[in-house]
Amino acid sequence: MTAIAQPAATSTRRSLASRIIGRPTRNQDRPLTRVVVHLVLIVASVIAVFPVIRVVGVALRPGDRLLDPNFSLIPPGATLDAFRHVLFDTALLQWLFNSLVITMGTATVGLIFAATSAYAFSRYKFRGRGLGLTILFATQMIPGIMLLVPIFLLAVQFGLVSTYRGLVMAYSVTAIPFSVWILKGYYDTVPIDLEEAARIDGCTEFEAFRKVLLPLSLPALMIVFLFNFLAAWGEFFTANVLIGSREDLLTWALGIQRFQAQFQTQWADLAAASIMISIPVVVLFVWSSKFLVSGLTLGGVKG
Amino acid sequence: MFNFQQAASALGEVIGTLAFMAAIVALLEGVLYLVLVRWRHVRLALPLMLVAPAALGLIVFYIYPLLWELNVSFTKMSLRNFVIPGFLGLGEGKDNLFVGLQNYVNVFTGTVLKETTFWQLLLQTVIWTVVNVTLHVTGGIGLALLLNRHIHGRNIYRALLILPWAIPSLISLQIWRTEYNQQFGAVNQILGLFGIGAVPWLSDRFWNFVAMIITNVWLGIPFMMVITLGGLQSISREYYEAAEIDGANGRQAFRSITLPLLRPVLIPAILLGTFLTFNNIAVPFFINQNQLETSDILVTGLYRAAFQFSRYGFAAAFAFTIFAVLLIFTIFYIRRTNALKGAYE
Repeated sequence: MTAIAQPAATSTRRSLASRIIGRPTRNQDRPLTRVVVHLVLIVASVIAVFPVIRVVGVALRPGDRLLDPNFSLIPPGATLDAFRHVLFDTALLQWLFNSLVITMGTATVGLIFAATSAYAFSRYKFRGRGLGLTILFATQMIPGIMLLVPIFLLAVQFGLVSTYRGLVMAYSVTAIPFSVWILKGYYDTVPIDLEEAARIDGCTEFEAFRKVLLPLSLPALMIVFLFNFLAAWGEFFTANVLIGSREDLLTWALGIQRFQAQFQTQWADLAAASIMISIPVVVLFVWSSKFLVSGLTLGGVKG
Repeated sequence: MFNFQQAASALGEVIGTLAFMAAIVALLEGVLYLVLVRWRHVRLALPLMLVAPAALGLIVFYIYPLLWELNVSFTKMSLRNFVIPGFLGLGEGKDNLFVGLQNYVNVFTGTVLKETTFWQLLLQTVIWTVVNVTLHVTGGIGLALLLNRHIHGRNIYRALLILPWAIPSLISLQIWRTEYNQQFGAVNQILGLFGIGAVPWLSDRFWNFVAMIITNVWLGIPFMMVITLGGLQSISREYYEAAEIDGANGRQAFRSITLPLLRPVLIPAILLGTFLTFNNIAVPFFINQNQLETSDILVTGLYRAAFQFSRYGFAAAFAFTIFAVLLIFTIFYIRRTNALKGAYE
């Protein structure tokens, strides 16, 4: 906007753009508005964080005061007993290890399958493309439990119950549709010119994908990996049906249900375990949240 | 304690499975290469080869099980009749499981659980989905609009507000469940500070449903907030500057610029959010702990029918009925909003 086009009034009044979509060069909100905005955000943040604060408080409580109506982050007589107990006297580390191995494996495989097929859907018009996209979309609609009924019965038939074999394959495949959907949306926003230039420079079709498009799609690939990771990491029902009966194979999601059996005595254990399970995931998630916005929405925005 | 032997066997089993999958994929690609490239000289061989592994996976883990389930839905397969049915379960004497459409008739006329009917579950699911998605979207847009302003501590607010999404939901559901405890839970203690008496969140059918909704709203707002934030950041400031020159006020600009330009982001997100809410089994399952039948929605009812009552044939028919409900809604929604327009281009 040039100096001539800008009416003098806007220097004292806030521009419409900054009022609605924000990000003006400086804060033009009136003080009262600013207070209200902060107040709303603080209340919302407290509600979002409250269970976390509670759980920290409970995990640190000494065993005889578990049911105190006390909301402080560090309760009187705070102790790390629950953490020690959970780490050394229960199988939590074993469960976490099992979960980690399954999750890393399946998230990686799901990402590889999705990254390659999303490329085909984004860059080529081949027979069956429309059908493929429809099937990918329809899978998002299918209730997980609807699929779990036949998968369980078939797994019994093929002897895939009480081992990781069925679970790993099921997780790898169920991660594919959503990943393809997100990645295709992202690839669509990357201009094809770059790959064509690479082709002219002598790359094969596949090299153009691997050396040009893949590195450019890193934010979306990371988001998809994160999503696959989180989906498998916190999955309960499939794991419960396929391996729930084998104590040595439990993932943490199944394992912590064991703490609930006698809820009142083990509330501190459950809280301590919850914190240890959540911290790495939350750090990963919050760290990647700046990719989250672009990785998730770019595909939709272009329309 | 940590048992290294068990850890090694777990690692071995997972790696073995991945190696098995890699071998299948290598075999598939080899065959496709020979057929498409060497023999038929197909021009578009690469996309077909790229799609093939995912397609095989979807056929094995989605399409085949669903067709198999459709077959089961015409049989009386259950824990008592645990015979893997052949085509339509037709067989001789005791092995004949075929019951025709009886399961589908039972879904609509009988009780799905011990005393709850399909229609009651359907009504509860519709209320559950509509209330949740409405609150997710309005809450998400509201917070995104606030976060998108020029305020101090934006990144801190964003990190805190994202937490409900970041924490593994199994964990937060356990926490919420204990906080709803009538006597010791935080929810009632806080309400007590305002002079409100103890609410029976876990034992009363109405309040249990409300507790489920509160929890799921808490869980679901961050997703809509992040999506909306992405959409807001892609709107060019020039639109607002132009509107200002035309003399539009804030509300007019929101209605005629912000909302229409958020549409391409929000319409698919709302559809996805509806699926996730409609199909959400974890929240009802863990908040209710499988106790009150009145707190069930369709998918938790399905879980109980299949894995608690082990009525597999009936559960299969029930599953396809639920799918039909969702399919009808989706077709209607897509027709009305053109939600998938961009995806097929």
